[in-house]
Amino acid sequence: MREKSDTAIQKNIGKKKKKVAAKTYIRNNYQLYMMLVLPVIYLILFKYKPMIGVVAAFKNYNVFRGVWGSPWTGLSHFKEAFASNDFWMALKNTLILNVGDIIISFPIPIILALFLYELNSKVIKKSTQVILYLPYFFSWVIIAGIVNQLCSNGGMINNIITAFGGKSINFLTVPWMWQAVYWISGLWQGAGYGLIIYLAALSGADPSLGEAAYIDGAGRFKRIWYVTIPQIKGTISVMLIMKLGQVVSIGFDRPYMMSNTLVKSVSDVISTYVYSVGLQSARFDFATAVGLFQSVVGVLLLLIVNAMAKKFGEEGVI
Amino acid sequence: MEINSRSSRIFQLVSGVIFVLICALTLIPVLRVIAISFSSKSAILAGQVFVFPVGFTMEAYHKVFGNINFLRSFVYTIVLTLGFTAISMMMTILAAYPLSKKGLKGGSIIMTLFVLTMYFDPGTIPTYLNVKSFGLINTAWSLIIPGSLSAYNLIIMRSFFTSIDKSLYESAYIDGCSEWKALYKIAVPLSVPAIATLSLFYAVWRWNNVSDVLYYINKSNLYTVQMMLKQMIDSVKISLLEGKTSQLAADNIKAASIVISMTPMLIAYPFIQKYFTKGIMLGAVKG
Repeated sequence: MREKSDTAIQKNIGKKKKKVAAKTYIRNNYQLYMMLVLPVIYLILFKYKPMIGVVAAFKNYNVFRGVWGSPWTGLSHFKEAFASNDFWMALKNTLILNVGDIIISFPIPIILALFLYELNSKVIKKSTQVILYLPYFFSWVIIAGIVNQLCSNGGMINNIITAFGGKSINFLTVPWMWQAVYWISGLWQGAGYGLIIYLAALSGADPSLGEAAYIDGAGRFKRIWYVTIPQIKGTISVMLIMKLGQVVSIGFDRPYMMSNTLVKSVSDVISTYVYSVGLQSARFDFATAVGLFQSVVGVLLLLIVNAMAKKFGEEGVI
Repeated sequence: MEINSRSSRIFQLVSGVIFVLICALTLIPVLRVIAISFSSKSAILAGQVFVFPVGFTMEAYHKVFGNINFLRSFVYTIVLTLGFTAISMMMTILAAYPLSKKGLKGGSIIMTLFVLTMYFDPGTIPTYLNVKSFGLINTAWSLIIPGSLSAYNLIIMRSFFTSIDKSLYESAYIDGCSEWKALYKIAVPLSVPAIATLSLFYAVWRWNNVSDVLYYINKSNLYTVQMMLKQMIDSVKISLLEGKTSQLAADNIKAASIVISMTPMLIAYPFIQKYFTKGIMLGAVKG
């Protein structure tokens, strides 16, 4: 008797539990969707609505009619861009500055990380990371200001040159020197960030492999080359894919802040071109077309590089 | 491992010295600006200042802070940065928490839509026209709303929420705990390192970013510190190009402005670098 009633009670509880569970399930999910309301509204209005706004690239934009009311014009803005010297110059400069960045700022953090990893001194290890990472938090306005103070006529580098009897050079006004300054300041700003990424990857490396190689008589550099580097190859290839995929895209702040009127021939890039044509001369449709070209080529490049990396047996980013 | 071999000791010594030099090279530009900002005009003109102040004076700082516009802009930028960070963090948490729940229907689609925004950028002009269509041009909101949810930060936050032990939630649900309560009683308290990291990410971005101020704001009373600094540097740049030395007198004022506008970063840096490594690694693992 007792047993029977017990199971009956349990059954009852089980039913109730199920009901309660179903109810809480609905209630809980309802709340989760409530949380998503603001982010999704943001996603639609501030991320996807502008994506629709790229149709301006195919229209003759009229301020009073808006993007949708303006008449279609087909590919005329793209044709105009491809026929314009300014556009090709901006594209060329973007590529040159980005490729230079990859050549200089991509390998150096890896080399630094490999050597820092080999170093025994914990104090130097830690302080190098902390110090090299610092410039990453300075805006390009600040960096441009610092660079001016270093490289201009009365700047520190010229103070040193003149102290040794040399002639003062204004580095920022000679195109190729400006490019060098641009690349070096990029290295100065970003080396610490890269260093920390690679050190993080190295912290996951297996030290016993290196020890085994040492016992087998491998020297330090052989060990780095054959044992350590292969273990962070994945991180290196992901970073390289990202950099190569962005070779046509360029931020605005850095070239804009560092540039000056005498080096426009090397410092005008796509982002500054879009700004000057689009926002300063109010040619919204044409500038949208230039920006769209950059975005589309950027996505295509990323896909191509990613596919190539996968073909070579590396992990991709997508 | 081979600590005592002779070639190893030489390697340790040489690479140690090289790293100390690299650190010095990295710090010199910063020290130089600080030194200039505290040096007397005559010492700067004579080219005597290297990385330590010569003829110590606070004159440049008095002048910069005596400029009521700069001071006002400084306070405004701090308020703007704090407001932006609070709003962005709220948005990020509100998106990340539900999206971290595996069973949520539609969650993976929404997440994919967020991630896609990282790869395709509609460009400056469509974004500008969009901000304009909401009437946000020349308001502080144009500097807050458009950047208030970064897909990258969302991924990091979400992966942190996902890593929380599920049994903690389950026992809370049995006790009748709602999702809102679970969010702020369980998920948020357990994610303090991630929240701190991402708040710093957002704050650093807002403090440093100039391009949106340049695009959306043309009222000088809404200029951020970085924008004020940009204008100051631009004016000095022109005179430098003309090769005038007379403008050098303004060097210490420019340096003081630079130092003032990087001070919040310098103050935050010890916290930043403690958490940023974590943040980077989170992003690297899950991104």
